Amino acid sequence: MADEAKIVDVTAVRARLQAAGGREFPQCAAELLDPVSRRTFAKLMGASLALAGITACTRQPAEKIVPYVRQPEEIVLGKPLYYATAMPVAGYAVPLLVESHEGRPTKIEGNPGHPVTRGSTDVFSQASILGLYDPDRSRTLTYRGEIRPWRAFRSELRAAVDLTRARGGDGIRLLTGSVTSTTLASQLQHLQAELPRLVWHQWEPAGRDQARAGARLAFGEYLDVQYRLDQAELIVSLDADLLGSGPLSLRCAREFAEKRRVTGGRREMNRLYVIEPTPSATGSIADHRLPLQAGSIGQFALALAGALGVPGAPPTPASRDFAAWIEPLARDLQRHRGTGLVAVGDDQPAAVHAVAHAINQALDNIGRTVVCTEPVEARPIDQLSSLRELASDMEAGKVDALVVIDSNPLYTAPADLAFDERLMSKVRLRVHLGLYHDETAAFCHWHVPAAHYLESWGDARAADGTVSLIQPLIAPLYSGRTAHDVIGSMLSADSGQSSHDIVRAYWQQRTNLKGAEFEAFWRKALHDGMVAGTEAPVKAVAVRAVDASSIPRGGRGREILFRADPSVFDGRFANNGWLQELPKPNTKLTWDNAALMGPSTAARLGVKAQDLVELAYRGRRVKAPVWVLPGQAPDSITVHLGYGRTRAGHLATGAGFSAYAIRTSQALGSDYGVEVRATGESYLLATAQNQQTMEGRAIVRSASLEEFRSKPDFAHHEVKAPARSLTLYPEHLYPGYAWGMAIDLNTCIGCNACIVACQAENNIAVVGKVEVSRGRKMHWLRVDRYYTGDPERPTAYNQPVPCMQCENAPCEIVCPVGATSHSSEGLNDMVYNRCVGTRYCSNNCPYKVRRFNFFLYQDWETPTLKMLRNPDVTVRSRGVMEKCTYCVQRINAAKIEAEKQGRPVRDGEIATACEAACPTQAIVFGNINDPGSRVAKLKAEPLNYGLLEDLNTRPRTTYLAAVRNPNPEMPDAASSHEAER
Amino acid sequence: MAQTFRRSANTVFIVTLVGLVLIVGGLIGLAYALQSSPYVTRAFEARAQPIQFSHERHVGGNGIDCRYCHTSVETSSFAGIPPTKTCMNCHSQIFADSPFLELVRASFRDDRSIQWTRVHDLPDFVYFNHSIHVNKGIGCATCHGRVDLMPLTYQVQTLQMSWCLNCHRHPEWYVRPREAVYQMDYRPPADQLALGRKLVAEYGIQSLTSCSTCHR
Repeated sequence: MADEAKIVDVTAVRARLQAAGGREFPQCAAELLDPVSRRTFAKLMGASLALAGITACTRQPAEKIVPYVRQPEEIVLGKPLYYATAMPVAGYAVPLLVESHEGRPTKIEGNPGHPVTRGSTDVFSQASILGLYDPDRSRTLTYRGEIRPWRAFRSELRAAVDLTRARGGDGIRLLTGSVTSTTLASQLQHLQAELPRLVWHQWEPAGRDQARAGARLAFGEYLDVQYRLDQAELIVSLDADLLGSGPLSLRCAREFAEKRRVTGGRREMNRLYVIEPTPSATGSIADHRLPLQAGSIGQFALALAGALGVPGAPPTPASRDFAAWIEPLARDLQRHRGTGLVAVGDDQPAAVHAVAHAINQALDNIGRTVVCTEPVEARPIDQLSSLRELASDMEAGKVDALVVIDSNPLYTAPADLAFDERLMSKVRLRVHLGLYHDETAAFCHWHVPAAHYLESWGDARAADGTVSLIQPLIAPLYSGRTAHDVIGSMLSADSGQSSHDIVRAYWQQRTNLKGAEFEAFWRKALHDGMVAGTEAPVKAVAVRAVDASSIPRGGRGREILFRADPSVFDGRFANNGWLQELPKPNTKLTWDNAALMGPSTAARLGVKAQDLVELAYRGRRVKAPVWVLPGQAPDSITVHLGYGRTRAGHLATGAGFSAYAIRTSQALGSDYGVEVRATGESYLLATAQNQQTMEGRAIVRSASLEEFRSKPDFAHHEVKAPARSLTLYPEHLYPGYAWGMAIDLNTCIGCNACIVACQAENNIAVVGKVEVSRGRKMHWLRVDRYYTGDPERPTAYNQPVPCMQCENAPCEIVCPVGATSHSSEGLNDMVYNRCVGTRYCSNNCPYKVRRFNFFLYQDWETPTLKMLRNPDVTVRSRGVMEKCTYCVQRINAAKIEAEKQGRPVRDGEIATACEAACPTQAIVFGNINDPGSRVAKLKAEPLNYGLLEDLNTRPRTTYLAAVRNPNPEMPDAASSHEAER
Repeated sequence: MAQTFRRSANTVFIVTLVGLVLIVGGLIGLAYALQSSPYVTRAFEARAQPIQFSHERHVGGNGIDCRYCHTSVETSSFAGIPPTKTCMNCHSQIFADSPFLELVRASFRDDRSIQWTRVHDLPDFVYFNHSIHVNKGIGCATCHGRVDLMPLTYQVQTLQMSWCLNCHRHPEWYVRPREAVYQMDYRPPADQLALGRKLVAEYGIQSLTSCSTCHR
């Protein structure tokens, strides 16, 4: 354990609290009286207590019951229904099951029947339910700011199209994101058949251009590359966040975890090498991680190819940054022919992708661990050239009408394309369809509010190509329209069909089924949330030889990396309070992006965390706060996209800085030549974790696979739980169920899906940046990240921490009003209506998992947010303590169903929200009194240990110690297999 | 020097002390009685409803089963308030022209819900589940009283936590055979305790008094 890893200047976080402007307050939280002195606070609390005392004696106000007039047959009041649908993210579908209470969707779950996700979800899909009810969504169709009916828009658009019909649609341009929707693709095909000179542009700011181009270089055509981590014993990631981002990540994470577990007697695990410039979720669980500048990854790949004797790759002298890595890595890959894989990140240049494909071919991995399929996208193109062409044609006045569908070029386009008001003004008719009246909408004549995916009919393909039907859970809240509606109204055969009819008609035609047969197909597809047998067909490929000269030389100097933000992506989720407040993996920052740099880089530049610096790149400048991130490659600065929005709603507008301002088309991913200048100013960054190391305590226990094999109970060597009798309090007995949880630190990748799932399930409030910086965040479940070793090359560990539900709970014995008490099944019940807010329980909790409502954080006013709430969980008010309850509402619901059927609750019948969302199934919940349950088996594993169990709290939530599988031949093997005790 | 206090001062002092204890105790007792009194709980207060719906007529007179209208009582937490359609099943034929039912017909015609006033209203932080109670042999009348004798519905119990706990601690005092759950005029046998203990064992009734049983 190395204490020198205490790097980040954490005291600065508290020292430099400054009064912040109104924008940091979420509109989900009531306007906090800020700054509040202790005195005013006490007065307010006193007054509210007195009022509470008086109101307790008054009678309840009369409430109304409003029944249906004709109750739909499938609705049983008080019981939720689940519908299958899918969320398109950057075109690709995330298949979902959505919980609906009397017609209002409240919670997102994964679709367990889907081959890609098998029931898991990511942060974006979990948070999308808040996006649906976002009060800042655009609500009206406008023409130059004036409200217009849809009719008027349709006829104007049609008129514009008809005008050019004779010229084949010349001058009409469409701009969309990536499209995998088969229905939309067919509509667009029809449109282009009618109007052959209409041009369809696509632009995803965090796109996969380089991966596509790399496939073309290697295979001669656009193909999708899918990694089969369930077949892989050895994974080499070159700047690829396989497990944490991208359309395939959910499947990769799950398959990775399956090969990673060392429970149930398994003593084998896969090995993961990560070579990356900036820490990612994948890097945080790597067995070997090499921080390397993005610009040098190509040289690394080439040197590796050379060492492996890949055709066309000359034996290259390796740079001293990674020289020691190449030989042992190549030997390991040779040992794993057909069971290894080399993956390259989407931000790396095409040539690097081609090298990786060649390596995989040379090692016989293609067809086994790496599978090539027909592209899933409807029309894979080079999106950057497409956008550039659009910009230059607009400049040349060749564009008469521009229809922007769910894209925001005025915010996301590379800075050198100068996609701005001036360029837009050269287009006679500008139309925008989007969820928000955003930067692009501001310069469009027509703005059409888009329907959220939970309000629309449609379809989309998952990363493996399987088509999911998108069905609405609720009628559009603001008469939103879909892309199908807009494209449909441009077609000559338009009869004003609804999206539902368009999608249905497409599938009727595609399946060529009639009547009852089609109805059966349609119902099954809707029910299952996918159309079976639509996955992209596998292609046999031959890889071309490596062209070594095309690999970037790898420069010297300081480089800048542009990456999609792990929380708000490319900016499209920026107005989502859950995502803004979500502590980002690794940095644990909330509400902001920052210039991330390693400790040595920061020292060289003479800056520290929260200093405001000016980043200058190719003549463009932007001011950014510094965040010092251990494990960031030296002289490499990462900026996340998606912040610095100027028109995006109350939460997003003004948060962070826009990295797009200095991102140019020469380097969408990374480039050398960034200059950093300290401004002398500072900027408050709100982090959710102020302590970066374990300070010598056995919080995360870990060992190498070798050590684990020789001493399986290594986790219990130094810290032992005290004897059960060592307490003055009477022992609790648990004759019935005894709920417990086991969290496998071996498979947790710190993706945060559990946190958002918990927030959605339990009506957890958003508190805003200033409150987070004061340590008042409300997440019931947090993911701690600890570093060990050299701060430049640390080993990271993720540890989700929900309430431990201690059997000897320190919180229960100090509550003066009995608001927290022990349940007969071992839960530390929290009774909100009894709590008077002394906070003694929180002071006495060694795990710091209790959260206090210092203010009225919940929004009790906004009508749409009322629809969001889970009706099974109390909405907490000011002055009340709250915490994880193991989703006791789900426990009770399952128990009641089981009791009614006269049977015990089955193992797996209750999934807590975090467990259900987890892509790696790292969280397992169940009845520990049942020796056959999964959780009881995990708790019997030698790896199982309790956090701070030496305090004799006897936590019900326990952890399986982390086991890493380092290669003893590697230069850093010593540091990464150092046992953590 | 004369005594400051006369002998009677002792008596005055004792009386004052005892009186003070009695008065304070009385006040506390009064407050306690008041907060569970029908004044606060609104028990026995027939609420005005938009339509003068009579359970006495429908249940007592016509013998309609509870579940005909409260359809989800066996399956869901919420027993269910019948949609207008349920009323119209009969009232499109019976009393089809009654002026008292104009609101029902208007509701059905205009597709607008009837807004009833809630009679049994638990606080929002209490999660009561009807289905488990009726499945475990708790009769409707045990909590709701003799609805079949109520022209306008009113609450007969306090619906306060001590009342809930009374049964949760001693379910054998109140449980009845499952087949009698919906029977309004069910009378517990003289040996209720013996029957109750038998049913508690037979139905697997647990005495659930953990906070999270109802609060979450």
